[in-house]
Amino acid sequence: MGAQAVSVSGLRVRRGGRPVLPDLSFGVESGRVTGLLGPSGCGKTTLMRAIVGVQVVEAGRVEVLGAPAGSPELRRRVAYVTQAPSVYGDLSVRENLEFFAKVLGAAAQKVEAAIDTVSLGEHVDQTVGSLSGGQRSRVSLATALLGDPELLVLDEPTVGLDPVLRGELWQTFGRLAAAGATLLVSSHVMDEAEHCDELLLMREGRLLATETPAGLRARTGEQRLDDAFLALIEAEGEGG
Amino acid sequence: MSARVTGAVAVRVLRQLRRDPRTVALLLVVPPALLALLKYAFEADPRAFQSIGGPLVGLFPFITMFLVTSITMLRERTTGTLERLMSMPLAKLDLLLGYGIAFALMATVQAVVASLVAFGLLDLHVAGSTVAVGALAVGNAVLGMALGLFVSAFARTEFQAVQFMPAFVFPQLLLCGLFVPRDEMATALEAVSYALPLTYAFEALQRVTVDGALGTTGYIDVAVVVGVTLLALALGAATLRRRTA
Repeated sequence: MGAQAVSVSGLRVRRGGRPVLPDLSFGVESGRVTGLLGPSGCGKTTLMRAIVGVQVVEAGRVEVLGAPAGSPELRRRVAYVTQAPSVYGDLSVRENLEFFAKVLGAAAQKVEAAIDTVSLGEHVDQTVGSLSGGQRSRVSLATALLGDPELLVLDEPTVGLDPVLRGELWQTFGRLAAAGATLLVSSHVMDEAEHCDELLLMREGRLLATETPAGLRARTGEQRLDDAFLALIEAEGEGG
Repeated sequence: MSARVTGAVAVRVLRQLRRDPRTVALLLVVPPALLALLKYAFEADPRAFQSIGGPLVGLFPFITMFLVTSITMLRERTTGTLERLMSMPLAKLDLLLGYGIAFALMATVQAVVASLVAFGLLDLHVAGSTVAVGALAVGNAVLGMALGLFVSAFARTEFQAVQFMPAFVFPQLLLCGLFVPRDEMATALEAVSYALPLTYAFEALQRVTVDGALGTTGYIDVAVVVGVTLLALALGAATLRRRTA
């Protein structure tokens, strides 16, 4: 096993009086694409927020790149893309990226590179508010690429995108990991698990399994990852 | 804190304003239009316009920047851009100062336009220097911005933020001495007026427009306005959270 980019132990988070994450412990290997999969409402976003350090946590330890989550030194090394695109709707694509590049202290040519990566070259001078939902989330994603982060935490980055673009983005994630970055990517679509090196399968705030896609198939005897996920849930039910 | 990041925030806010020419036009046209309205409404009593007009030139930027800032900051909170910025290497002061610089520039333009119309076209006269009135106007704009930043933390929707204007600004306008001298108010209200920052902003403007110079009282007033601005900025910074529930 390689070094761990993220290590979580005994993490407990309560939101709105309800324990969303009762007690989580796991690690994310560095230099790989790890998929965080599970149905909507299972706590994926809360877990990602805890890793980025924007979530108030009740108990437990979250260590990211060797420092406690949310440490000031990590603000340059970790990039977080929320599910709702957090960019300025009244500015153009380029103006948005130029602003965030300045904040991150990234070189100006990073802006062009990021626009290329998310294939928004034709829309650079359009205001973000006039773009489609999928295009808007790509602007948000491009923002995260500006600072060459060591850890990218992406919350459902491929929702609403057409299959071609989705495939391209997963290739981009693979390239970033090959270049040494660690990616934690959430999705509620099991098909996407195929593109990941490692999987964290979540349900109701608990981890069902941490496996590679191949390992998951071998363990459950199912070919389709959707079925494998169901098999895991059933097995858990039987095991109590 | 970094000059690069502060500058980036200021440029970004100005670019957003440029993308919204209608708001900019309203910011520039409404104050002189209201002053003209006032002048002709008081046609039978020109002295009333002369005594209210000068201070109003210095108070308009307070009102508009309060509103503009509270809504802009609320948007920043609700669209998630604030959370994103808080997860980036950006000091809270960078954000607040960036906003301050952008809106102070906007307020300067606003004050210049209002002054040109009031002193040039509407025949408004003040005892002191019109430049001093303009400078106080910009200071009051920054005060309005700081208060707007702070109260935006207590609004969840733009509807609520807009309601903060009658709730926070109107009482201050009524009690600051603009319409009724404060010593003619009910004793309790006069006491309350001492606790409201606009009272001091108005008093400083009155010193310049009536006495011709700030004088000792005026400088104390300015110091109070500066102090309240810094306090509101500090409180506003405290509402910018890196971690939320």
